[in-house]
Amino acid sequence: MAVRKPPITTREYWAPGHAACAGCGCATALKLATKAFSEAMEEKYGDPNAFAIAQATGCMEVVSAVFPYTAWKVPWIHVAFENAAAAASGVEAAWKKLGRRGKILAIGGDGGTADIGMQALSGMLERRHNVVYLMYDNEAYMNTGIQRSSSTPYGAWTTTSPPGKYSIGEDKPKKWVALIAAAHQVPYVATASIGNPFDFVRKMKRAAKVDGPAFVQVHCTCPTGWKSPLEKGVEIARLAIETGIWPLFEIENGDFFNIKIQAPGGGAKVKREGGRVVAIEFKKPIEEYLKLQGRFKHLFKRPEAIDEMREQIKAMWKVLGVDVTLPKPGE
Amino acid sequence: MPIRTVMKANEAAAWAAKLAKPKVIAAFPITPSTLIPEKISEFVANGELDAEFIKVESEHSAISACVGASAAGVRTFTATASQGLALMHEVLFIAAGMRLPIVIAVGNRSLSAPINIWNDWQDSISQRDTGWMQFYAENNQEALDLILIAFKVAEDERVLLPAMIGFDAFILTHTVEPVEIPDQEVVDEFLGEYEPNHAYLDPARPITQGTLAFPAHYMEARYTVWEANENAKKVIDEVFAEFEKRFGRKYQKIEEYRTDDAEIVFVTMGSLAGTVKEYVDHLRKKGIKAGAAKLTVYRPFPTEEVRELAKKAKVIALLEKNVTFSVGGALFQDFSRALVNQEEKPILVDFIIGLGGRDVTFKNLDEVLEISKKALSGEEFDEVNWIGLRKEIL
Repeated sequence: MAVRKPPITTREYWAPGHAACAGCGCATALKLATKAFSEAMEEKYGDPNAFAIAQATGCMEVVSAVFPYTAWKVPWIHVAFENAAAAASGVEAAWKKLGRRGKILAIGGDGGTADIGMQALSGMLERRHNVVYLMYDNEAYMNTGIQRSSSTPYGAWTTTSPPGKYSIGEDKPKKWVALIAAAHQVPYVATASIGNPFDFVRKMKRAAKVDGPAFVQVHCTCPTGWKSPLEKGVEIARLAIETGIWPLFEIENGDFFNIKIQAPGGGAKVKREGGRVVAIEFKKPIEEYLKLQGRFKHLFKRPEAIDEMREQIKAMWKVLGVDVTLPKPGE
Repeated sequence: MPIRTVMKANEAAAWAAKLAKPKVIAAFPITPSTLIPEKISEFVANGELDAEFIKVESEHSAISACVGASAAGVRTFTATASQGLALMHEVLFIAAGMRLPIVIAVGNRSLSAPINIWNDWQDSISQRDTGWMQFYAENNQEALDLILIAFKVAEDERVLLPAMIGFDAFILTHTVEPVEIPDQEVVDEFLGEYEPNHAYLDPARPITQGTLAFPAHYMEARYTVWEANENAKKVIDEVFAEFEKRFGRKYQKIEEYRTDDAEIVFVTMGSLAGTVKEYVDHLRKKGIKAGAAKLTVYRPFPTEEVRELAKKAKVIALLEKNVTFSVGGALFQDFSRALVNQEEKPILVDFIIGLGGRDVTFKNLDEVLEISKKALSGEEFDEVNWIGLRKEIL
């Protein structure tokens, strides 16, 4: 009987028994990321274990390394909240002097990356360390109990952006760290999502294989912080892609003019010119994404806020060189 | 043969780093320490030092990169001062807690505000609870030697703690003095290769470093840092002895000067010890029974040696370039604690002196002597005294 090859290695580096919440999308992201990394190292160096992880303080750190236990089957270090990129720089330099082949994977959440770790990230990218930085983006400080970060999307409820008489919830547009990373003209930058695991794995492998720094920003659902059903994590993440909320793109060497944009699916019509995506007509309204999450519940009484969100999404796509049309429900 | 030459303490520190052969150096420029990374950059550029020099974007990242490299199992070095050391503060605790034998050269400088680039010890004294060992150099030769000694002590299996070596801003960092550069072969024999059994990031034997500890384990982890500091006391003596045997220069945790029969002993650290010893000579000529003592090691605190010293004095005058507001200097606190339960103890008088680069003159020391004499003769005296204040501008 023919046995079908599994789509990704069955080797596990992120062991079961970690203490993440049920339905945690970030745990899924780390599981896939380490598998992808291992495949890349095997293909590049013939050694699937040729990597180490430097991780920022955050959800995925506290759930994975509670003394005397560890979920990590790979050399792993945690130093503090804001310095995963700097610690990874040191590990990489040490490996270079030890003559060790392989690559360092730095991991941080959106708070540890977009906010407090921004400077260390910029330094690591600018110095061209052979490090992949993976930002798992669940769009708020979840470890401390759901406070807004600069990566929290417009309109979202968090404990520090509560909706009220004078507030619609978070009132600033989301900061896209991937674009800032790309401005460092590093070899490879991508956005990804657990809603499209094959695309994510492909990008992680690409990032792991390039010589020099790479940055991947992966969208991960957080049922606890998003107030969303545990079992719908992947579905919600996919809806973010299909409605235009979460763009999937790749930028090599900071070449914004040749940005690669992945088709979002969900019936969206993609218009290309010379191979380049120039326009996308989305078919699913963003409300389909928003309505599954308690963090956006209040917006349904404030339709003008959802319209404002649509405008911000269009503006974000404009930065990527893409004109988008976003339908309203029923259109 | 060792080379006898002249150089600044910053150059001596860079030479010490070169001799210790760290594999990773991460540093950020800051006055008065900038010459250290500059000099190391030259060594690396010329191929005289085979190391990765990470030109980080801040001191926070400098120490974080050192933690990463040290955790990966290599010898690491950095240099900083003042605000830079303060910016490292968070990670200093982590380096000690993770038992990583990183060595930092500190060009002792004041802390803002007001911003001031000159010498006092507030920067490293403020790190005294981080778990790091602290050595203070009196001159440029000591700066070089103590860096080598610090690596040896830090990497000892019984210790495994990071260490900082302080030398006074400008007074030493920028002042040329005679320095003997030891032979590379002798330093190699003295230090050996660093091959840690507790910290490595090796895919062949994966370990997890920097875990979360619940209340069930946290206290024990902190206790091991306490224990390592206690162990370091003995190891420092051993390494001092070995250093003397190999290089011919003697070091002691507390170096005493003319303390036999002394009634008043001036205690200090760093380059101020030189001034104070000369002042003691000056007093002895006048028949005043004065002595001096210098702490070369501040952490681990040399409690036993302090108790021995205390037996020889009626008054100990502590001259210190740091302050804990509403309390006094750090040495005053530490000496008080070391002596509080001793049956017989000298009177302690604290002197805050020379902050922010204010020169310490014999005239200032005369003031110190007058207050110390009051204490000696049973008159009323202030426990904490700010010396050399310009009262006319207050």
